[in-house]
Amino acid sequence: MTRKSRRLWLLVACGIGLGSASALALDAFSANIVFFVAPSQLLATPANGRTVRLGGMVVAGSLHEAHRSGEPVAQFQVTDGQKAVQVRYAGILPDLFREGQSVVALGELASDGTFAASEVLAKHDETYMPKEVAEALRKSGKWNPKFGPAPSAASWNRMSVKTDTTRGS
Amino acid sequence: MPNGPSLNIPELGHFALALACCLALAQTVLPLIGAHRREIRLMATAPALALGQLGALAVSFLCLAQAAITDDFSVQNIAENSAVAKPLLYKITGIWGNHEGSILLWCLILALCGGAVAAFGRNLPAGLRARVIAVLGGTAAGFELFCLTTSNPFDRIWPAPMDGQGMNPLLQDPGLAFHPPILYTGYVGFAVPFAFAVAALLEGRVDAAWGRWVRPWAVGAWCFLTCGIALGSWWSYYVLGWGGYWFWDPVENASLLPWLTGTALVHSAIVVEKREALKIWTVLLAIGTFSLSLSGTFLVRSGILNSVHAFANDPARGVFILGLLGLVIGGSLLLFALRAPRLAAGGIFAPLSREGALVLNNILLCSICAVVLTGTMYPPFASLLFGATISVGKPFFDATAAPMAIPLFAVMAIGPMMPWKRAHLAPVLTRLWWAALGGLFAGLWAAIGLRGLLPALAFGFAVWVILAAGADIAQRIQMFRLPPSQSWRRARTLPRAALGAAIAHAGVGVTVIGLAGMSQAAHRIVEVHAGDTVDMAGYQWRLVDVADAPGPNYTARVATLVISRHGHTVAVLHPSKRTFASQSTTTTEVAIHTNLITDLYAVLGDEHRGVAGQPDTAVLRLHDNWLAPWMWLGALVMAIGGALSLSDRRIRVGAPRRATAGLSVGGRLA
Repeated sequence: MTRKSRRLWLLVACGIGLGSASALALDAFSANIVFFVAPSQLLATPANGRTVRLGGMVVAGSLHEAHRSGEPVAQFQVTDGQKAVQVRYAGILPDLFREGQSVVALGELASDGTFAASEVLAKHDETYMPKEVAEALRKSGKWNPKFGPAPSAASWNRMSVKTDTTRGS
Repeated sequence: MPNGPSLNIPELGHFALALACCLALAQTVLPLIGAHRREIRLMATAPALALGQLGALAVSFLCLAQAAITDDFSVQNIAENSAVAKPLLYKITGIWGNHEGSILLWCLILALCGGAVAAFGRNLPAGLRARVIAVLGGTAAGFELFCLTTSNPFDRIWPAPMDGQGMNPLLQDPGLAFHPPILYTGYVGFAVPFAFAVAALLEGRVDAAWGRWVRPWAVGAWCFLTCGIALGSWWSYYVLGWGGYWFWDPVENASLLPWLTGTALVHSAIVVEKREALKIWTVLLAIGTFSLSLSGTFLVRSGILNSVHAFANDPARGVFILGLLGLVIGGSLLLFALRAPRLAAGGIFAPLSREGALVLNNILLCSICAVVLTGTMYPPFASLLFGATISVGKPFFDATAAPMAIPLFAVMAIGPMMPWKRAHLAPVLTRLWWAALGGLFAGLWAAIGLRGLLPALAFGFAVWVILAAGADIAQRIQMFRLPPSQSWRRARTLPRAALGAAIAHAGVGVTVIGLAGMSQAAHRIVEVHAGDTVDMAGYQWRLVDVADAPGPNYTARVATLVISRHGHTVAVLHPSKRTFASQSTTTTEVAIHTNLITDLYAVLGDEHRGVAGQPDTAVLRLHDNWLAPWMWLGALVMAIGGALSLSDRRIRVGAPRRATAGLSVGGRLA
């Protein structure tokens, strides 16, 4: 075995390793990337059957807990100040879930216009807002960081009252 | 409230930290000049300065501990993270439960590494030792400066509050209390191989002796990192209460990345030591592993990647750390680019040989690392470049990391049985036929009994790995070929490094069996009245009642669940919810019953008042996690294997003589 042929073997092995790694990664990227959307974006361009992360504020007074055949089902609305989306979640809401505070839900838009969540994340305290939610709120035009800190969480409901009634939910 | 004598303890700690930083700077400059000019007296300052820096940092850390234990709320860090009512254990472990304290702990462990090299490195050549200690000192100086300027744990506030704000209740847990020191020791431990690599580049010389010196440090750090990752995973399993053990969270990935390259390093250093090959690659791996460790800290501390575990979101600190990272990683890579081509090429080997198998191990581990790194870094880059907020989660990593790991398991059973330089597959495979048969049967059984192809494959290969590790030892002690007494004598004189390697490989198998079993976990969410019984996974789960219970700094609602099978009571579980008055937060306490084969896992959710005379109801989440304990047990076995290999006589006695300079091909450059 000469030095040159060993180098060739090494290059071939590295090529196979890295090649299959990038092939797997590209394939997985096309199928498994999850986009973050705000409620108004979700309703404007409904991506049917694709899993997304929906983020916004929980509308105060919208939380509704019921149970269906022994399993608890929570329903609540998530808003970005423009549109509100009804979210359905079968499971235990996290300890830090509060009405009037930010939340991120993982799931997909069902055909009846409600969002079926498979996971609800509220992993932060009352003073902290997830970066992506803050960004979505800024894009919706309800808050510009130039003019100071984000408005208090409770006021987000009032902004969305009008859209709630038009949606008739 | 602060009382008389403790008034200036925090200032003493602050001073000691500044002193440590100055000593670390001296520790960088003097030995480097000494090694360059070959002045023995300047080189000899290195160990003394390293030990002095360690002493100063220890004083600093003890001062912070003293302030924390005596509830000195005039120190901002303690006022923000502690409270009078907090139990003593968490007052102590709370020191590193926040950003400032954790950076101080990081510095202390780095100083400990420097001190260990100074104390145990007597058999190193003076020049190499001086350079290694100097590189460690330079890294320490950077982090201590970071601690002093942007995150001083000794900052005072005035007026001092009567009581502190208390600790995040999620962190108030024995598992997490000891998680940071162990994980940090793993991260920081890779600073020593890094320092050896940079010192070797400065000297322009890497040889078998260098490999022998680096390997124990890499193995030690690897053991701690393995334990740290396992402990973190176990913590999220039983504290976060989602029933999961690994969320492919950026912070978790940040600890997995250096583990993957560290594992590759531990293996490639063997080749350097035994065959003087792969030298340049091993140096690069040592640099890369520590760079990933540093980036792990950076990812957690800067808030670039949001995560459950991050407790600091401060961009100013991020800029400092980014600069520090650029300096350490960029500087060492630049040095590598300049000096590596001049390192002498090593021994030649056939592709089919022990060296070849270890190269394949390195290629596969680094490919997995590249895939995980891509998945972790893509979201922040995508938001920076395309403005799209995306996330890459479990499905991505499952689809990429798992298919790459399977060939790794297939090969890791064969590798240790192959001879150096040139091997033939046939004799190796004839010795492994019964391991292959066992793996095949296990895989077939799993394919019939388990859901999914991947778990079945993983199960079969895991059994193959464990049996092959046993076959390796059996062959070394000539079991069944020699009389048992002779085999026993061989077993006792077996090099512990070989035994350790076999045990660590078996540990990987145990962990993979746990992972495969956990993919079959079942769960159910139910809303029940007291007295109701739920059937799940072959057990009857009966809710007896939900009652109030007081705690030291919280109040709790505790449910009593009786689990029975075929009419016999198996376990009584007490899942609970705790409400902490000082932060007005609630935490969920999971109840787990384990018999080492399966975990019965129960979480108490919301309670609802009964309407119109109906009894109250409680929401419960019940899990049956098959083979879950094996995941962490396997990690423990891996670490034990590593520790056993560290206790090998060759390392303990370990005074390898360096080949004289005339014999080595690469001359001295610096």
